[in-house]
Amino acid sequence: MSRLIVEGLTIRLPRGADRENAIEDVSLSVAAGEILCVVGESGSGKSVTASAVMGLLAPGLSIAAGRMALSGEDLRAKSPQAWRAIRGRRIAMVFQEPMTALNPLMGVGAQIGEMWRVHMNLDAREAERRALAALREVNLPDPEGALRTFPHELSGGQRQRVMIAMALALEPEVLVCDEPTTALDVTTQAQVLALIKDLQRRHGTAVMFITHDFGVVAEIADRVAVMRLGRVVEEGTAREVLTNPQHDYTKALLAAVPGLHAPQPRALSPDEVLQVRGLTKTYVSRGLFRRRKPVRALDAVSVTLKRGSTLAVVGESGSGKSTLARCVVGLLGADGGQVVIGGAALPKRRRDAARLVQMVFQDPYASLNPRRRAGAQVAQGPIAAGTAAARAMQEARDLFALVGLDPDAVDRFPHEFSGGQRQRIGIARALAMKPEVLVADEPVSALDVSVQAQVLALLRDLQARLGLSILFITHDLRVAAQLCDEVAVMRNGVVEEAGPIGAVFADPQSAYTRSLIEAIPGRALFGL
Amino acid sequence: MRALRAYLRSPAALIGTAILLAVLVMGLGANWFYPADPLGLAGRPLQWPGANPRFPLGTDPSGRDIAAQLFHGARISLLIGVVATSIAVVIGIAIGALAGFYGGLVDTLLMRVTEAFQTLPNFLLLLVLVAVFGSTMQTVTVAIGLVSWPPVARLTRAEFLTLRTRDFVQACRVQGLGDAHLILREVLPNALPPVIVYASVVMAVAILLESALAFLQLSDPNVPSWGNLIGLGRSVLRTEWYVSAIPGVAILLTILGVSLVGQGLNDALNPRLASGR
Repeated sequence: MSRLIVEGLTIRLPRGADRENAIEDVSLSVAAGEILCVVGESGSGKSVTASAVMGLLAPGLSIAAGRMALSGEDLRAKSPQAWRAIRGRRIAMVFQEPMTALNPLMGVGAQIGEMWRVHMNLDAREAERRALAALREVNLPDPEGALRTFPHELSGGQRQRVMIAMALALEPEVLVCDEPTTALDVTTQAQVLALIKDLQRRHGTAVMFITHDFGVVAEIADRVAVMRLGRVVEEGTAREVLTNPQHDYTKALLAAVPGLHAPQPRALSPDEVLQVRGLTKTYVSRGLFRRRKPVRALDAVSVTLKRGSTLAVVGESGSGKSTLARCVVGLLGADGGQVVIGGAALPKRRRDAARLVQMVFQDPYASLNPRRRAGAQVAQGPIAAGTAAARAMQEARDLFALVGLDPDAVDRFPHEFSGGQRQRIGIARALAMKPEVLVADEPVSALDVSVQAQVLALLRDLQARLGLSILFITHDLRVAAQLCDEVAVMRNGVVEEAGPIGAVFADPQSAYTRSLIEAIPGRALFGL
Repeated sequence: MRALRAYLRSPAALIGTAILLAVLVMGLGANWFYPADPLGLAGRPLQWPGANPRFPLGTDPSGRDIAAQLFHGARISLLIGVVATSIAVVIGIAIGALAGFYGGLVDTLLMRVTEAFQTLPNFLLLLVLVAVFGSTMQTVTVAIGLVSWPPVARLTRAEFLTLRTRDFVQACRVQGLGDAHLILREVLPNALPPVIVYASVVMAVAILLESALAFLQLSDPNVPSWGNLIGLGRSVLRTEWYVSAIPGVAILLTILGVSLVGQGLNDALNPRLASGR
């Protein structure tokens, strides 16, 4: 019997949005003890579906048609008061970003205990006893100590465990998970997914799991619904959908999932265009009254990039890979060691360094000035370096064409472009300086999987045409495998392992690299 | 364009703009409506409004036409408001931008100076400046500007602190652009909206400060400002209260107009905050 039924649900967007309905005629059902994965790219309406089920539609959105029922009880007719009694108790939710979903001023134990205090009127001592049991169930190390910690004192994975403990506190009939592992490192993600699956099996909860990642789907789903532009285009058991997709869109999405197949090794030039020699960087925070422990972000890191090739720097958050990128382009000064580009140390003057090394940033929305035209932002570097303005604008137009944009789009403002297009502008901006080395800091991790594939293809194509040397920072081994010739695996500021990418993936020498590879979601399906 | 349309949709902004335009017309048309010297003797002193058709708003204790002073005073109040605000905003942005952009020692030094100004009550400081440098129109205006910049500096600094680490600013650094370009072209345009909104508050306060000075008869006595008129009415407040009340209402309406424009700007420039209301 289905715990949660959504039938023909249509939700209207406010007027002036890019389409009329956020979701259209969506029908889904989740049975007890079942995990339904709702998969889609950004704008597919998957999160709107989740918030409708929680009775938490954003202002401006309204239900135009359809039916929602929880264990046979109609949800659409519920008053706000009735919804409050349902939320948390009968339908619970785990959010994407646990840091913002938890109250930073409230201890973890009190926050979990609140569930029983509010919904069941238990006293504080009983609530704390149950909170302890709940933390134990989600395998938090030192649950007694965790009761009294604050969210910022826990790691991302631990915070998400707390969220799960809180969501399952009252044994809800339905659990809605909105991208619960997207903000987590790959090894943590594997643990959290296993935890959700285990708890769901023990409690018989019906789980609606929103994700954009087919790897995660392969790990966890019983059934899958694929959404696109507000409609469910395909639904079926996980096995059917993943191995024998019917709809073209599903096929395209599955094809865009990068596998961990290392490319054929190429003959690399012996010329080392970038040498990082023993780079060290320590973050010290000086306070008047207390001094925090210095953090060693880079500890004698040495890597080399051969001309015309791509070196992937792979690691989880806190590994120091972004610090390395920022030191290489000169945004951060290192405490020790040297960055050598084309045989000479990286010059201190910004203008001299700009000709040698350029950077593509992670977030395409934050890396362009919203108040200036796209073309001007590409041309300004060469103009500052002494190119005539008219010539620099012409070069910007040529670069737009090179990265697959309309040359006339130079006059538009950043908000008129999609995320993938903005990332192309970011690449054009970096190429405008004709650098020796291109540093790409997670350039595709903020993009949808199909757009990600296009941007990776563009980088590969540009490398072939222009002989670019790319230092590619990523947390995703699958992405690294798409593009890179060599790889350096970083952990806690130290290079754990380095070598040709095929060799490292096929026969990892360090235990850490092995654990990273094993944690990749959907490995069994998408293959190594 | 989008901001302009949002501005024109807000009724508060339209009312405020209308009031300010009316005051502007009063000020600009003062010589046309009342070509004679507003400080010259016009008739019998202390005539009630409406008592004599020649003086629709009556006369003050010296027998000067209140309506004429009101029109000429509009010019003074607006002039002081605009010039003092410009001085305060320019100083505030310059100090806030440098402190926020460079941080470290520069920030510490500039912020200590700002705090030194902030810890003094600004009206007291204004009194000192006027006492030292005299009370001509120019010194009063400059002095008001000099005591009004610290909040602008703090606001600008706060914006700069968050904006300078944004990726698009970092991207420009990597492109080899100089600090002047980063501050003026990249960060400042993004930091301006809240500063512009705050400038309306500065302007309202500037007009009030001048009135307060004039009320204490420390402003320039040779110009027909609204504050001077209120000050003149002080001695006859209990019997001929209209002498102080009429310019008082004029100040009230002008400041209301400035505040409404400020609110309209806020709604137009920060549309996310406005949509919740």
